[in-house]
Amino acid sequence: MSTINIEKVLDLKGLLCPIPVVKISNAIKEIEPGNVIEATATDPGVMMDIPAWCASTGNELDSMEEAGGVITFRVKRLK
Amino acid sequence: MEENRPKRMAIIASQGTLDWAYPPFILASTAAAMNMEVTIFFTFYGLTLLKKKVKGKVAPQTNPAMPMRMPFGPNWFQKLTWPIPNVIMGNVPFFENMATGLMKKTFKNKKVMSIEELRQMCLDLNVKMVGCQMTMDVFGFKKEEFIDGVDIGGAATFLNFASDADIQLFV
Repeated sequence: MSTINIEKVLDLKGLLCPIPVVKISNAIKEIEPGNVIEATATDPGVMMDIPAWCASTGNELDSMEEAGGVITFRVKRLK
Repeated sequence: MEENRPKRMAIIASQGTLDWAYPPFILASTAAAMNMEVTIFFTFYGLTLLKKKVKGKVAPQTNPAMPMRMPFGPNWFQKLTWPIPNVIMGNVPFFENMATGLMKKTFKNKKVMSIEELRQMCLDLNVKMVGCQMTMDVFGFKKEEFIDGVDIGGAATFLNFASDADIQLFV
């Protein structure tokens, strides 16, 4: 089993489009390839936008789950 | 043709009202965050979005679908939509100023960035902004009135970029 290396944790709660995507984009440049950002957000839009951002930038969405209005997701930098 | 070049988006921003100021900057910052190269060409009223202080207002009278809601008070009150006939919007002095104030307050409550902040974020993400020379001539705008980092050009400048862009939008 591969280990998940969370290099950065981001709090995006309360932020609306386009800020969560922009912050993830900035943060991914600051971590090593293969490492992971874990973020929490409250805007339901991120459930569509983060997968779309991953698809177009070539990064990987490791997980995404919603509980009590808070969305937690992990994005892995691939290259 | 370069095979591995980044995707490109070209936007024409032609409106200067507060509500229409958002789409170009939201799309541009998001596209830049998706590693696209973005140019926004500001023409006609859109050119006012390049001024150091953006004074855009909303014009509810020409946007009949705009929900008129109050950005304060209890939740049930904020959810009410106020049916305000055009005859009132058109005749109450400074109605636009009031509607603009309410929209700004709503945006602030919802933590939406101001246009100036969003625009700066675009510049930080290397979004290229071009002001329309012809509009400047017509309306008497000077480059010094605009924020730093703005280029000036004409239709050919925009089309040269747009003809090689994957996405072209007119806002």
